Amino acid sequence: MRWLWIDSIIKHEPDTRLVAIKNVSLGEDYLHDYIINGRPIMPFSLLIEGMAQTAGILVGTMSGFKEKVILAKICKATLDCDVTAGDTVRFDATIDRIDDAGAATMGVIDRRVAGGDAWERIGAVELMFSHIDHNYSGTEFPEHNFVFSDNFKMILETAGLIHLMKD
Amino acid sequence: MKPQETVMNRDDIYAKIQDVLDDALGVDEDEVTAEASLTADLGAESIDFLDIVFRLEKTFDFKISQGELFPENLTENPDWVDDGKLTDAGLDMLKERMTHVDFNDIESGDRDVAKIADSITVTSLVNFVQNKLDKG
Repeated sequence: MRWLWIDSIIKHEPDTRLVAIKNVSLGEDYLHDYIINGRPIMPFSLLIEGMAQTAGILVGTMSGFKEKVILAKICKATLDCDVTAGDTVRFDATIDRIDDAGAATMGVIDRRVAGGDAWERIGAVELMFSHIDHNYSGTEFPEHNFVFSDNFKMILETAGLIHLMKD
Repeated sequence: MKPQETVMNRDDIYAKIQDVLDDALGVDEDEVTAEASLTADLGAESIDFLDIVFRLEKTFDFKISQGELFPENLTENPDWVDDGKLTDAGLDMLKERMTHVDFNDIESGDRDVAKIADSITVTSLVNFVQNKLDKG
């Protein structure tokens, strides 16, 4: 299994907003470890990771993916109801603040239940990211950008956004 | 007639900083005393400083440059830090650049560079914001 918690980017407003979706499938191993009252539940921590990947890509676009963008802090995370197999999750991330050292993002999580048409708001996640080359004084990191790996490139390619990744 | 200006006094600033620290560090209002050290008493870690900077910028509507509120990259300059201890030149530099922080404990203590962050208190933040607002 790959550490990807979004399937597709569906909206990108440059320097402002990125929206991604994830289809939750019973074919994913982790769901079988979180059966509550007979229902497989997507753990909240993985929903937060989905938001971190969505918001992290948004932060990455703002430097042409030159910065190594690392999740540094979960400022706030709330979830009102569970997500289960067959549901679709929408991660809607916006930039709150950004500078050379890092970024703060706001985000909301929406859910569309299996067979349903409407989205409902189920959570909110506020995150902070560090541009690690500007922090951790005296520590050197690899030159290549190990954060935005081939998996992320594939998502950008699929969304028609690979041009945002500068050489 | 001259437009009426809203002047924020020290108590107003202090109250807003209590809210900032409540949000950034998850501490209770009564823990945020004037003398409380952000690191030693309120548990702030390095990323929290960036969080606090962002929240101060939003709350008070000004821009804070990197290194303006908290000292950065000190250890990279051998004139300022020698063998983990702050030199006289390093101390002078901090006092000149960071007038909002009281470095007396560092000066009279062992000058351990790892303890510099402990000198930054809630009062330091209030001083900093007041200085920024006064300069306009």
